[in-house]
Amino acid sequence: MKIKETFENYTFVLPAVMIFSIFYIIPFIWVFQLGLFEWDGISFTKVFVGLDNFKEIFLQDKNWWQSIWNASYITLIALTFQNILAFMLAWACDREIRMKNFYRVIFFIPPVLSEVVVGMAWRFIINDIDGANIINRMLIGMGFGNLAHNWLSDPNTALTTVALVHCWKGFGWGFLIFLAGLQTIPRELYEAARVDGASAWQSFKKITIPLMIPVVVLVAILTVLGTMQVFVLIVSLVGGEFAGHTSVPVLRILASMRGSSRFGYACAQGITFGMVLIAISFIQYRFSKKGH
Amino acid sequence: MKHALYYKSKKFAINTLIHIFLISVSVTCLYPLLWMIASSLKTQDMIFKDISLIPHQFRLENYVLAWQEGGFGRNFFNSIIYTVAVVFGIVIISSMAAYAFSRLKFVGSKFLFIMFMAAMMIPIPGSFVALYVLLNKLHLRNTPIGYILCMINVGLSTSIFLLKTFFDKMPKELEDAARIDGCSKIGIWWHVALPLAKPVLAVVIVFNALAVWNEYILALIIFDNRQFMPLQVALQTFQGEFVTNYPLLMAGLTITALPIIIVYLLMQKYIVKGVTQGAIVG
Amino acid sequence: MWRRGIGIFLFLIFAISGCSSGKVDSKPTISVWHWMTDRDAAFQELARKYEALAGVKVNFELYAPSDAYSQKIRAAAQGINLPDVFGILGEKRDFASFIKAGHILDITPYMEADNGNWKNKFFIKALAVNEFTSGNSYGIKAGFYGVPIDIMTIQMVYNKKLFSRLGLNPNWPPKTFQEFLDIGVKIKAAGMQGLVSGWGEVWMIDCLANNYAFNIMGKDKVLATIRGDIPYTDPDWIRVLSIFKQMQDSGVLAQGLVTMINKSAEQLFANEKAVFAFNGSWCVNVYKGMNPNLEYGAMLPPEASNQYPIAIWGGAGSSFMVNVRSKNKEDAVKFLIWLTDQDQQVYLAQATNNLPANKNSLTKIPEILAQFARGMDYATHPNVWGVSEFSLVIEAFDRGIQSIIIGEKSPEQVASDVQKIKEREMAKKRAR
Repeated sequence: MKIKETFENYTFVLPAVMIFSIFYIIPFIWVFQLGLFEWDGISFTKVFVGLDNFKEIFLQDKNWWQSIWNASYITLIALTFQNILAFMLAWACDREIRMKNFYRVIFFIPPVLSEVVVGMAWRFIINDIDGANIINRMLIGMGFGNLAHNWLSDPNTALTTVALVHCWKGFGWGFLIFLAGLQTIPRELYEAARVDGASAWQSFKKITIPLMIPVVVLVAILTVLGTMQVFVLIVSLVGGEFAGHTSVPVLRILASMRGSSRFGYACAQGITFGMVLIAISFIQYRFSKKGH
Repeated sequence: MKHALYYKSKKFAINTLIHIFLISVSVTCLYPLLWMIASSLKTQDMIFKDISLIPHQFRLENYVLAWQEGGFGRNFFNSIIYTVAVVFGIVIISSMAAYAFSRLKFVGSKFLFIMFMAAMMIPIPGSFVALYVLLNKLHLRNTPIGYILCMINVGLSTSIFLLKTFFDKMPKELEDAARIDGCSKIGIWWHVALPLAKPVLAVVIVFNALAVWNEYILALIIFDNRQFMPLQVALQTFQGEFVTNYPLLMAGLTITALPIIIVYLLMQKYIVKGVTQGAIVG
Repeated sequence: MWRRGIGIFLFLIFAISGCSSGKVDSKPTISVWHWMTDRDAAFQELARKYEALAGVKVNFELYAPSDAYSQKIRAAAQGINLPDVFGILGEKRDFASFIKAGHILDITPYMEADNGNWKNKFFIKALAVNEFTSGNSYGIKAGFYGVPIDIMTIQMVYNKKLFSRLGLNPNWPPKTFQEFLDIGVKIKAAGMQGLVSGWGEVWMIDCLANNYAFNIMGKDKVLATIRGDIPYTDPDWIRVLSIFKQMQDSGVLAQGLVTMINKSAEQLFANEKAVFAFNGSWCVNVYKGMNPNLEYGAMLPPEASNQYPIAIWGGAGSSFMVNVRSKNKEDAVKFLIWLTDQDQQVYLAQATNNLPANKNSLTKIPEILAQFARGMDYATHPNVWGVSEFSLVIEAFDRGIQSIIIGEKSPEQVASDVQKIKEREMAKKRAR
């Protein structure tokens, strides 16, 4: 009986584990090994260099750590701005409000659009010489003319501008997951709270927030993973790393693979990057547990 | 006691504010979409000259050309097959695994779950070459099955994570009742857990459908010729190394966006339907 | 319902794989992989002609974007699944690796046959990109390893209408750097935009910087720097870096140039919003599509020194390599000989507005393309220098120039940053 039950339980995870072992673990081991080699990605021979690649990453590669920092900055903005926006929109659309079906569809447009279109459309909104300069015109119109400038090619604002466009592109996912989460909260709880005389704010604080914490953690972790790996949007907005101001880890990894044909080094960078992501997610997870 | 009119006008004011907020966000979402559609109706030389959102000419033939020159017919069909197959596979496999991680006790469950989470976090650069060599050895390279299995793997971890979070949230009472009625574990998963998880399953479907629908790099690498390639690979041809055919690209992108929007519209209903079901469960 | 779904799904899978069994022809089919998707129609047409002529089917598979294509080629090389003919992307070093791994056929015997009949059809500089000279630093047997399909040069173009509006003679582009800067002052005063280019994707910065390095210190000194005999902190190199500061200060560079994408730059120049552009000869085709009435001329980058001639990048635009392991390599070479013959090259040049690699096909091309072709006399390319700079050094150099343009760093600072990386990389190489 016991054996049969255990066997039954394992059958649930068996397909997932099988696919995972073949298509993830095997390539992963390969990549991990390559991190210890110098290889140009073409020749059939590889040179074993031990931990040299990792040594270079940790001791010399300032550009790499700058890219991690940049990605973390974008992630921080996404975690706060994007997710608060997504939550507010989801909350608004969860209520009995007119046109909510319309909004639910509209908010999902940015994630569906290709990065190429998003990059071109936003360059058009932001830029003045190859665009319509809409943002600057609005600023001038509102009397903030001294703020108007070239947002994407100013090193002080490039990364933030990129981050905000990224948030715009990604908030639809947060919106969708939050909405799904809000929808699973039984309506009776709100009804009961109202009968007890609780205000909307009180029931939001006492019912919505506690019940949504697991979903918030989920969205937060997915945001971190999605944002840390951003790069297509950056290329279509500013063409690349802009003297390091908009460099991100994936662009660095691609630069190692392509520009310099240092495949082994790229693999070592990928592993280091994964470690950083795991560390961040772990801290986040711990934080959310404490917050409980 | 305040007057009823006060509450009415207060509610009206709040609703107006909410609407202003929602509409302003909607405008930014609609703009690029309209820009894409407008561009798809212009000619190459007018696309950057005539910047209005309402084009002066409607070159609907761009859509016909994009369909023909992009070889959309075959590739469109391929993309649909891949998307359906991968999403179907992910939904079944990941929901089983997530259900097990959430409800069933077995040795190593925590370890396995952490392994899936770690996999979600470590992106493997250059794994394309690794996958290529692997598929080659398995004799799955240049086959739709090989591509489908790879893509199932790509979406697996995140989907398990999503589903487990929601399974954890769901009340266990109905499952207990089913167990007492003599339902097997598979039966409970199929008849009780999955229907309850409809909202999140809808999210998983949309999420993975979009990922597969937009994927082209892996497909480009593992397939040897056009006949197996998905739609996105065909679409890339409009963005040449030097010449980009913007109207056809935009027309192609518009055509490609449609099926995903339809999937979303279909799934959206389930996300909202959760309301009534949630009520019954609670 | 689910079960029926699975049934349909399996059926569809079989439907797909069922269609896959290709017919086996007695005549060989040559398959070609390349990344130039914008030439698809022209290649398909040539393939049709060749099949009618020689009975050999040629199957062009063109894939974009080039990054993904590059990974495809490398993966296929690892799995030994390369097609009969393919194009490779990357530096000369990568080219050498492909040859060393035994993927690329040495076509020298075919080139030299009949007193070099085939070889002599090409522009020498177009062949040079695919040539390894004797005693090259990569350790490759001397010879030719690729067939150039077209050639390109990267130069400056200027808008004639905007020149007139600035009060300049539209047929007299600036010859010296000082004249160039003076025009920059006028452009700024008139509130126009000067030079546009894809300097967000850094390689074009590298290209212009190299042009001036050749102009200021000559080829030998540039190569000596690459070999490590002369430091980047040399006054001549600082002068090269200062060129960019001078351009920025004069106002000749368009706003936001450092984050500009080349396709965006092309759109600006085509729509007469910029006076100058720095672009390759492929731009003729691009501008024609966006604005057929654009009046513009090509020019060399204005000389900053009269000690050495200015150099521009040029040579083979794209090349085809033949797979050593291919069963059809003889047929593949025959096809390439046909493809680079005069008539086919004229057709390709006209259909795609590119410069032909065959020097006898230059007859009937538009004036603006001819101007680009004349630049060929000044052309050079890192792939023909015989030595390669470390990629990390190139990267630091290009990023440094971006920093100079936005006023973040001085030319001296950039020079010393670059030199530091150069020394580090050289030490690493010696240690291996």
